[in-house]
Amino acid sequence: MFGGFDYAVLERALPLLWQGMLFTLQLTGLAICGGVFFGTLLALMRLSPFRPVSFFAASYVNFFRSLPLILVIFWFYFLVPKMLGWPIGGFYSVLIAFVMFEAAYYCEIIRAGIQSVTRAQVHAGSALGLTYGQTMRLIILPQAFRNMLPVLLTQSIIMFQDTSLVYVVGLKDFLTTADLIANRDNRPVELFIFAAVVYFVLCLIGSTSARRLQRTYAI
Amino acid sequence: MIEVKNVSKWYGDFHVLKDCSTSVAKGQVVVICGPSGSGKSTLIKCINGLEPFQKGAIAVNGTSVGDPATNLSKLRSRIGMVFQNFELFPHMTVIRNIMLAQVKVLGRTEAEAEERAMKLLTRVGLVDQAAKHPAQLSGGQQQRVAIARALAMDPIAMLFDEPTSALDPEMINEVLDVMVALAEDGMTMMVVTHEMGFAKKVADRVIFMDEGHIVEDATTEDFFGTPRSERAQMFLSKILSH
Repeated sequence: MFGGFDYAVLERALPLLWQGMLFTLQLTGLAICGGVFFGTLLALMRLSPFRPVSFFAASYVNFFRSLPLILVIFWFYFLVPKMLGWPIGGFYSVLIAFVMFEAAYYCEIIRAGIQSVTRAQVHAGSALGLTYGQTMRLIILPQAFRNMLPVLLTQSIIMFQDTSLVYVVGLKDFLTTADLIANRDNRPVELFIFAAVVYFVLCLIGSTSARRLQRTYAI
Repeated sequence: MIEVKNVSKWYGDFHVLKDCSTSVAKGQVVVICGPSGSGKSTLIKCINGLEPFQKGAIAVNGTSVGDPATNLSKLRSRIGMVFQNFELFPHMTVIRNIMLAQVKVLGRTEAEAEERAMKLLTRVGLVDQAAKHPAQLSGGQQQRVAIARALAMDPIAMLFDEPTSALDPEMINEVLDVMVALAEDGMTMMVVTHEMGFAKKVADRVIFMDEGHIVEDATTEDFFGTPRSERAQMFLSKILSH
C-alpha cells in the first residue's frame, strides 16, 4: 500500500493545504480568544450572588452543553443569516458558532479555576480597599488561570480538532482542503495520512507546551 | 475610633454574634480572646465589612460600616487587616504585594509605592527578600510581609485575625515583636489572639468572647487580676497553666 506513496502529490498540494491550515488556525485562535473572554464573563455571572444573573448563565451553559457542536454550526451557518436577513459570511458564522459553543465549556473550566482560589484571597484584596472588579482582575483571575492552564489548553486542543467539523458546511479548512485534493487527484491515502500526521504533530506540540507552561507558571 | 453597638449576626440559623457592643479609642490596643467558635474572628471581620451583620451598628472613625451608602472599599483602604494564613498574593513578588494597593487604590506612582514598600520591609527586617515570591519565605516572614502590606496603606487602625495561630512556635516571636513595636508607636489595634504574653505587654483592654457573646470587656490589669466571669476564669486557667 505504501509502495506507491506519491510524495509529489503532497508537494503540489502544499500551497492549497497551507491556505486551509491558515483558515483552521485563524478560526481556532479567534474562537479561543472569544470563547475564553465570554467564558470568563459567564463564569463570573454564574458565581454572581444575584440570582437572575447566575440563572441566566447556568441556563446558557446547560443549553449549549446539551447540543452537538455540529448542530450549532448548522444553526449559525443556515439559520442565523436567514433570521438576520443578510449573509454574514461563512467564516464569521462558524466563528460565532464556535465562540458561543466553546464559551459554555470554558465557563465551567474557568468557574472551577476561580473556585480553586480560596475565599480568603478575595478578603485579602477587599481588605486592602480593592474593588470587587480589581480583586477579580488582579488577584483571583491570574491565580485561577494558572491553576486551570492545563485543562484550558486541553480544551483548546480539542477545539482545534473540532474546527474540522466545518467540513459539513463546506468551508475550506485544512481537512476539507485535504479531502478536496484527495478527490481531485484521486490520492486519498497520501492526503489523509498527511492530514493525520499534521494534526498529530500540532496537537502533540500543543500538549507538551501545555505541560511546560504549567511548570513555568506553577505557583 | 471603632464603635460596635448591639451587633448580631446569623449564618443561616446559626447565631454567631449575639448583641455585641464595645469600642476602641484612638491609640488603644484591644485583644480579643476566647475559645474557638466563639465569634472572635467573625466580629473582627464585621468591623471592616468583610462579613455582613444583620442587626446593630458598627462605625469606624464616624463612618457606618453597615450603611449600604458607605463606600466600603474606601473605608477598608484605611483599615489594615492581617489574616491567620497571611493571604499574600502568591503570584506576585513580596514588593509587588506591598505596592499593589498603594498604586491601585491610593493612586501613588510606582516609584512612591516602591519607596514606601522598601521602607516598610526594612522596618519588618525583610528588605533583602523584596524580589522573592511568598512561597519562598517562612511563615513568620510571610506574616511580617502581610503586616507591611497593610501598613503601606497608612491605616488609621489595624485588625489582626489570629496572626500567629498558623505559625511554628519559633516564628511567633518575630511577628509579635513587629506587633509590639506597632502598638508602642500608638497604632489603634484590635487583635484576635491567644498570645496572653502579648496581651499583658501591650493591650489596654481584653475582650473575652464565648458562644457569640462578649462575656468580659475589661482593662488588661483587671482581666488578668480577677476576671469576673467564671467562663473567662476557666479559659485563662487552661491557657495559662502551661
